Amino acid sequence: MQRKVNIWNNIDWTTVFIYLLLVFLGWINIYAAVYNDDHQSIFDFSQRYGKQLIWIFAAFILIFIVFTIDINFYTFFAYVIYGGMILILLAVLVLGTKVHGATSWFEIGNIRIQPSEFAKIATALALARYVSSFNVQINTVKSYVRIAGIIFLPAILILMQNDTGSALVYFAFAIVLFREGLSGSIFFLGLLVIILFILALVFEKLTIIILSVFVALAIFWIINRKGKQFAIALLVYLLSTALFLGLNYFLGLKISKVYIFLVSLGVSSIIYVVFAIKHKIKHVFVLLLFLYGSIVFTFSVDYVFHNILEKHQQKRINTLLGLESDPLGIGYNVNQSKIAIGSGGFAGKGFLGGTQTKFDFVPEQSTDFIFCTIGEEWGFLGTFFVISLFVALLLRLVLIAERQRSSFSRMYGYGVVSVLFFHVMINIGMTIGLMPVIGIPLPFFSYGGSSLWAFTILLFILLRLDASRLELLR
Amino acid sequence: MDSFAGRKNIIRFLIILVGLIYIVRLFILQVVDSSYKLTASNNVLRYETQYPARGLIYDRNGNLIVYNEATYDIMVNPLQLAPFDTSEFCSILEITKEYIDETIKLARAYSLYKPSIFLKQVSSLAYAQLQEVMFKFPGFFVQPRTLRKYTYQNASHVIGYVGEVNDKIIENNSYYIQGDYIGVSGLEQSYEEFLRGKKGVNIYMVDVHNRIKGSFNSGKFDVRAEVGSNIISTIDINLQKYGEKLMQNKIGSIVAIEPSTGEILALVSSPGYNPELLVGRSRADNYYKLNVDSLKPLFNRATMAQYPPGSTFKIINALIGQKEGVTSQYTTYGCQGGYYAGNFRLGCHIHNSPLNLSQSIQISCNTYYCNVFRNILDNRNYPSVRMAYDSWRNHVMSFGFGQPLNSDITSELKGLIPTKEYYDKIYRTENWRSLNIISLAIGQGELGTTPLQMANMTATVANRGFYYIPHIVKEIEGNNKLDQKFYKKNYTTIDSVYFGPVIHGMELAVNGEPGSGSTARTAQIQNIIVCGKTGTAQNPHGEDHSIFIAFAPKENPQIAISVYIENGGFGGTWAAPLAKLMIEKYLNDSISQPYWEEYILNCDLINKNAKKSQHLE
Ligand SMILES: [Zn+2]
Repeated sequence: MQRKVNIWNNIDWTTVFIYLLLVFLGWINIYAAVYNDDHQSIFDFSQRYGKQLIWIFAAFILIFIVFTIDINFYTFFAYVIYGGMILILLAVLVLGTKVHGATSWFEIGNIRIQPSEFAKIATALALARYVSSFNVQINTVKSYVRIAGIIFLPAILILMQNDTGSALVYFAFAIVLFREGLSGSIFFLGLLVIILFILALVFEKLTIIILSVFVALAIFWIINRKGKQFAIALLVYLLSTALFLGLNYFLGLKISKVYIFLVSLGVSSIIYVVFAIKHKIKHVFVLLLFLYGSIVFTFSVDYVFHNILEKHQQKRINTLLGLESDPLGIGYNVNQSKIAIGSGGFAGKGFLGGTQTKFDFVPEQSTDFIFCTIGEEWGFLGTFFVISLFVALLLRLVLIAERQRSSFSRMYGYGVVSVLFFHVMINIGMTIGLMPVIGIPLPFFSYGGSSLWAFTILLFILLRLDASRLELLR
Repeated sequence: MDSFAGRKNIIRFLIILVGLIYIVRLFILQVVDSSYKLTASNNVLRYETQYPARGLIYDRNGNLIVYNEATYDIMVNPLQLAPFDTSEFCSILEITKEYIDETIKLARAYSLYKPSIFLKQVSSLAYAQLQEVMFKFPGFFVQPRTLRKYTYQNASHVIGYVGEVNDKIIENNSYYIQGDYIGVSGLEQSYEEFLRGKKGVNIYMVDVHNRIKGSFNSGKFDVRAEVGSNIISTIDINLQKYGEKLMQNKIGSIVAIEPSTGEILALVSSPGYNPELLVGRSRADNYYKLNVDSLKPLFNRATMAQYPPGSTFKIINALIGQKEGVTSQYTTYGCQGGYYAGNFRLGCHIHNSPLNLSQSIQISCNTYYCNVFRNILDNRNYPSVRMAYDSWRNHVMSFGFGQPLNSDITSELKGLIPTKEYYDKIYRTENWRSLNIISLAIGQGELGTTPLQMANMTATVANRGFYYIPHIVKEIEGNNKLDQKFYKKNYTTIDSVYFGPVIHGMELAVNGEPGSGSTARTAQIQNIIVCGKTGTAQNPHGEDHSIFIAFAPKENPQIAISVYIENGGFGGTWAAPLAKLMIEKYLNDSISQPYWEEYILNCDLINKNAKKSQHLE
């Protein structure tokens, strides 16, 4: 059952107010970042701040369009929008224009559009649609596979465009799934995979083997709490390792230590499994499965990294993880960005008073590093204010999501929260050296039509759903 | 139904937590930590890129081949420009007022903030003069750089050259900015990451008059430049130089490899060019001239030219025949001036008959190899000729033919060993027969091999069945090892026992008695047993190409060589004596028969052929 409600009366004006404030502050800072004596008129459309003004007005028109569309459109056409988006992402791979090494742009006349920005909206809609379907049980293998498909298909296509940053955003949808009750063990597994991935690149194979064996033993101890069984397991492992090491040494076989440790692990686990079956010890199989799974995983990461990835890809991952420094590349940007923000002090240098964010000291100052301008010209007061605004917005959105009557709207709401949270956290985090440098924009702040429009549509679809929430009777 | 509503508070907590951490971090960065502060009097920082010296290149014996010379680029920062005394500026730099106006206009158009190159490669004298009065010219600064210098005018194809980066490179690789240099070809390109080192940056505080007031935060944020690694090449520069001298007035190439390591001792592509031409201010002009030269001196024939291997390929067929069990070292075939099958005839020269395997190589009998090749393809052990051909092709590929060898020379052609499908297409049936493709027996027809691949094959024969991937770098200073692939033995499909009779035949080809029919007696050296094989690549456009491959000494081979001379006719005429001189030069460092040297040096095929074609027209 539905009833008609005047949606204009039910708009969440708090959110709209924060949105307008963020967009306005964003524009001011773009103006400051690009400002120089040669170009001063705010309507100079050859300059970025002039163009951004056009994008902002266009965004307002988009808001109007979003609001005139019926809410059922978003539910009914969620999959169609998603499917169309996938096609567009495929097309951009073939027909796209390359900018800064990433093939993620469509060029139509003078305007460049970046479809990957809009793909987040489609994914949030499709995910909400799927998980909210009444017959879907989230914690089944079938659901896992489909959910992973919905999230990672666009992510992989964007990765193929060579736009790693935008692809990583899709991990943020984990927040939606968390809220909807995805099993905690999945999150544990995900965390394990990420940790192992990093370990595989940081440590030698041998270290990883020894480390995972002792972690497995420790878990075994925690679960079972039986000193004798634990001691036997440890003893069997140490003895067989010592035996194989000794054999290798005295026979002068010169076999790589990695193999020796692997073989001794294999032999000792067979011995212990026999022992465990005899004495009916629990959890041994599951633990061994985890142990071998981890080893196989790290080895294959190592293999893929060194034998399949190309040099520049290896380099990018290494710099991302901070394993390799790139003096004039990423690390250099962070230093400059920290200097710019730090030099702002408590109260900042004042509007247009920044010196570090001028002259291209900070690269991408009006896009990915716009937060530097805020930090330099408005000081700690400014950064405190902006972060508070974002936190307020996100908390407000959680509240909005929670008050939805339809689970579709709630999940979409959390989709919006996920995407915005990830962008804000990574973008600001990288300018102050707390996060790896992943080139993604600061929502509503960064220069660029595509990202402003995409975030605007993303947000206002939620507000549209929210405005009609009372139409749904239950 | 909504049993997980409690999780919303965890999400709220997460958002607030991240917000708090960031605010604390910003408070430390902006308020507590004083190391980021700037004082009001010097509130502008200047970042100066430090360019490290590019690594030096030595030859295998430690002779310096490539080094650096300091040069200075005058840079301009459009936004910091102020009126200055142009006449003084012009006189020091020897430029005109128009040049200043024009260049500054271009620089402004490029970027107001980013520095542009105002004048490239100023002499150190002009630099010294300018340094004294630099304060009079706000907005300009000097960027020291290095230019390549060469001790020898040789090995240009091996070393390659260095050029300025273009927009495409800048777009794809964040390391480079406008005005940077990068290795464009040869060793300079393939070892760019080692040679270039790492750029550094110094951060200075600058006052309003653009004067440096000291280093920012006592250099805490500076990045030290890392000098490029020196590289020791595998090239023997004296041998290289000698090879280039012998190749004067001839088109073609020489590749010499040390069989026991795969190290390339010399790699000559003729005509070559003087590497100095592609350095400095006249680089663009010179490049243009070299590029339009009809003899293509920039083209690396040693790795990029593809010819049929000719009779040298009989070695491969002799080995495959033995391996497949269709011939042995004792198998003999008679030859009456050619190979006949029905109406088909493939000619041979007059020689003793019958011949065994070693003799067939010594004398280079076509008939013998027509028989061997047909036996390989018509082998009953295979269900069809196509399958037998597939197996033959596999053997051939195991010598490194038909694919790039993956050396560290950046441009390598893969050559051509046709697939069976290729012949299906040509003959429009899968039932083609051994006789259809009989020209492969003697290395003609659709085969394509590069001189590098041929030298590699020779090294493989010298090693009796394996090769190391040929490479031009022996050692990178500060790096223990090269790429692992250069230390790996690549085994062919042929067992080492089958190489004996073939090598014996190659020995006889060079060292046979006069009148025995040996084809390569022009390659004989006193006291050194050279094993070689001549070849002639059919050339539909003119005189055939002269080919010779050889290794020496027979026991414990030190050098394997391939020599190609375009339009040189029979392999024994020019290529064999040239190879002999190279081998003797490398092994003995002296030439026992100077008249051969004179014979080769006086050979002028370029002008001779040019005259000939003039007559024809
Ligand atoms: Zn014959």
